[in-house]
Amino acid sequence: MIRRAFPPKYALPRSPIGMSDVVIIAGLFLLLYGIARVGSGFFVAFKPPLMQPKVSLDPANLPYYAARSTLRMFIGLIASVLFTFAYGYACAKSHRAEKVMIPLLDILQSVPVLGFLSVTVTGFIALFPGSLLGLEMASLFAIFTGQVWNMTFSFYHSLITLPKELDEAATVFQFSKWRRFISVEVPASMIGLVWNGMMSFGGGWFFVAVTEAITVNNKSYTLPGLGSYVAKAVLEKNLHALASAIVTMVVLIVIIDQLFWRPVVAWAEKFRMDKSTASSQATSWVLDLLRSSKLPRILGRQWRKFQQRIPKVRIHFPKRTRFQLRWKRKKPRFNMDILFGVGIGMVVMAAIALGVHIVSTEVPAQEVAKVFGLGILTFLRVICLIVFASLVWTPIGVAIGFNPKLARLAQPLVLIFASFPANFLFPAATIIFIRVGLGLNAGSIVLMILGAQWYVLFNAIAGAMAVPNDLREMATNMRLTGWPLWRKLILPAIFPAWVTGAITASGGAWNASIVSEVVSWGDKTLKADGIGAYIANATTVGDAPRIVLGVSFMCIFVVASNRLFWRRLYALAETRYRLG
Amino acid sequence: MATATQLQPLLRIEGVYKVYPKPESGGSFTVLEDINLTVMPGEIVAILGRSGSGKSTLLRSVAGLSKPTKGVVYSNGKPVDGPNADVSMVFQSFALLPWLNVVENVEIGLESKRLSAAEVHRRGTEALRLVGLEGFEKAYPKELSGGMQQRVGFARAFVVQPVVLMLDEPFSALDVLTAENLRGEIADLWEAGNFPAQSVVLVTHNIEEAIMLADRVVVMSSNPGRIRGEIRVTLARPRERNSSAFRAMADHVYTIMTNPETKIMPVAHESSSLVDTTALPHARPGAISGLLELVEEYGGPEDVAVISDRLRIEADDLLPILDAAVLLQFANVKEGDVTLTEIGRTFADGEVEHARMIFRDQALKFAPLVRTMHEVLVSARGKPVHEDFFLDILDEHYSDEEARNQFETALNWGRYAGLLEYDSDEKTLQAPQAHDE
Repeated sequence: MIRRAFPPKYALPRSPIGMSDVVIIAGLFLLLYGIARVGSGFFVAFKPPLMQPKVSLDPANLPYYAARSTLRMFIGLIASVLFTFAYGYACAKSHRAEKVMIPLLDILQSVPVLGFLSVTVTGFIALFPGSLLGLEMASLFAIFTGQVWNMTFSFYHSLITLPKELDEAATVFQFSKWRRFISVEVPASMIGLVWNGMMSFGGGWFFVAVTEAITVNNKSYTLPGLGSYVAKAVLEKNLHALASAIVTMVVLIVIIDQLFWRPVVAWAEKFRMDKSTASSQATSWVLDLLRSSKLPRILGRQWRKFQQRIPKVRIHFPKRTRFQLRWKRKKPRFNMDILFGVGIGMVVMAAIALGVHIVSTEVPAQEVAKVFGLGILTFLRVICLIVFASLVWTPIGVAIGFNPKLARLAQPLVLIFASFPANFLFPAATIIFIRVGLGLNAGSIVLMILGAQWYVLFNAIAGAMAVPNDLREMATNMRLTGWPLWRKLILPAIFPAWVTGAITASGGAWNASIVSEVVSWGDKTLKADGIGAYIANATTVGDAPRIVLGVSFMCIFVVASNRLFWRRLYALAETRYRLG
Repeated sequence: MATATQLQPLLRIEGVYKVYPKPESGGSFTVLEDINLTVMPGEIVAILGRSGSGKSTLLRSVAGLSKPTKGVVYSNGKPVDGPNADVSMVFQSFALLPWLNVVENVEIGLESKRLSAAEVHRRGTEALRLVGLEGFEKAYPKELSGGMQQRVGFARAFVVQPVVLMLDEPFSALDVLTAENLRGEIADLWEAGNFPAQSVVLVTHNIEEAIMLADRVVVMSSNPGRIRGEIRVTLARPRERNSSAFRAMADHVYTIMTNPETKIMPVAHESSSLVDTTALPHARPGAISGLLELVEEYGGPEDVAVISDRLRIEADDLLPILDAAVLLQFANVKEGDVTLTEIGRTFADGEVEHARMIFRDQALKFAPLVRTMHEVLVSARGKPVHEDFFLDILDEHYSDEEARNQFETALNWGRYAGLLEYDSDEKTLQAPQAHDE
């Protein structure tokens, strides 16, 4: 029988609006005010080189600059999401679009975004003459291109692997295309989208930092933000300002993680398809606050009431069922497809011919060979980086991953490290290189490692955490220790995770080479021999043929190493070393 | 002290406790309580218990995979401290490495033994021959069926020539026919007298499996895991599942398993506590109703073992449903036979709404947790109450996982009975209201 007296906590009278509502309303107002205040800076008059926004090193301005950079990041994110839906949907739904757009996507994500800055910056400034908006757009475009590709891939992949029953259910219940998209396709791809969005967003800070202060075609442009603050600090050799910018950046990443990504990740958990709940469910205090507040529910009720009042307008598209679609696919129209293929082929050929023509008229043949050599040098740096990060971080990652308590603590920390734009640390590293007398040929490897190593660590932890307990128990029971244990169990088990981490790290390193092979502190500039420095140099002086040459070679290196090396390792990981 | 002619026990488990701390509530949860057991050379001991009885934890303590909180395990007279070299284990999930082929998986056990290549090869081949896997040396685990994979698991355990072989529910991940086949082969191997281990400890929840293989069946109780007692199986080998002696034995064990109060050996009485924590058996109302309808259809008392057989449900899955039916006074179990009560018959026959009303009355009377939740919600006068409120109370009596299970069972029952509503977004419970919005 029950003899326990329950505390009558639930019986306490509750005011219609709780503390959480007050907090949320206050937060909402702050956010709106902030956006209005910061956003107005986007339309400031701008007539280079006479009228340029000034960046002041006064630390009191740091919150404003941080807000400007943050706003850019979120606009870039929204653009990426919209693009992802459109592009991913088109690829998944149209056979022909898929044929062209997927390989294109594959190339685009291998292309070093920073290589095109000279084109985009001059282009956008010409589009919006007399306003800072042009420069803002160029920066947004760089952030967007840095974020969007893997989100699009993730969405496309979710769409084509949509569980068959869901697809059939949507057909049976005669969902319209819009309804199917909103209630089936987006929810089914939500988790992948959120995770990829979070990872790309972290990578986006790097591009913000680069594009806020940039020299193209011998002209320097600045956008107020954390990145330009750092650039100015470097120019004026102001160590104190540099340090406060780094601290601000860390605080900013933590705040956005807590206020935005944690809640979104925790919320997205409800879209998980497999019943097996993740070992550690993501939780967020912000989401709890939102859920405990009555405000969203009140607003929701009002919205529904409002919706019921407006008459429903339905646009009827001719219905095409899935069945018909499939039937159509089975009957290929040879002529059209061939025509389509030839057309695309001609466009590609023309583009290549144009590129070759531009390069060959301006650049002597031996320079082409030299650029290839520079590519090899940068390639060697990337290899050094992968080897170093793997040797150092894999054992540490495994040790962390095998200890669940430590892993829960370490994983979010590593994510924050990975989000931190490494180029904020470049000036500090540069000072050390100058003091020690280390040339940038070796030093740039260190710079690349600063940014890319975290992906290897993060994936090593995740891989070790995913090793089933019974396999570890079996190894203990069979008394495997030391090297045999690593050889037979640990290395094969974390191999897929390592491949993922290494691919991400090497992709990041190629992009980073453009900013890490030329660095400066005050009036001192260090330079390394490499294709990154070559592109950076050509961008600064606005030498179009050399930009095309450098970027093309870098693309060839990236695509070739992906195709010949990483893709094969990935296939091996998927077939041979997949657990469960 | 034993004389020279007497056999020394291979394993001696003395006063073993396993207690897990619960960081959130600061309390602790007891999985194993005062376990004492010896295993002699040449016997198969089955440890029989329902899920949550800590039988796998016990096995892991013996294998040195998990350290007891209190008490000592002696293996061959030496206390176990770290991985026990005398035992090898067969896992429920097979635990094969997918990137190694069959022979490499088997030879992994010899890695730590520093044998010559020829010796490793000889032993590996011998182990594979024993389990009938010759010709599959170069196959990868995923090319094999579940039964074949578990044969690799057995071969890997055999190859190290352990003193004691530990089997952790080795057949329960296999389908019925495959399990029966493999079980039979292991029994044959044992009876043939050239078994590659001196003794076997088998952990299972399958009563017939225990009787089929074991010389002794040790029955464990759940929450906390304790040894209720042991039953000697003296049936002659090879054992016949359909012999009357086997059936009688199975009925006897079923009776013990369905009546937690039956004493096999005198055991200390449980301590009383403030809240009535009578655990709810984890069964869904639909399953209870289905079982009752089935028994009703056959008419008259029905043998538990027969039901289990006919439904092809493992005892571990059937017993909670039966327990629930008994708890709600829908059925009685006597000597392994199930009979419906008057109210149980009405419940089974009644149409949906009527059946729900009956369920509601019975749950309020006999399921204390459902009643408690209902009372709390009623006194909250329609205001939502967060689930943590109930989980916190349950947490004091159960492990986190079991507290969750108890809560969810009560939730299922309460929702079915129309006693409460649950909002899975807000994670709150509410007394049902008239829907007017």
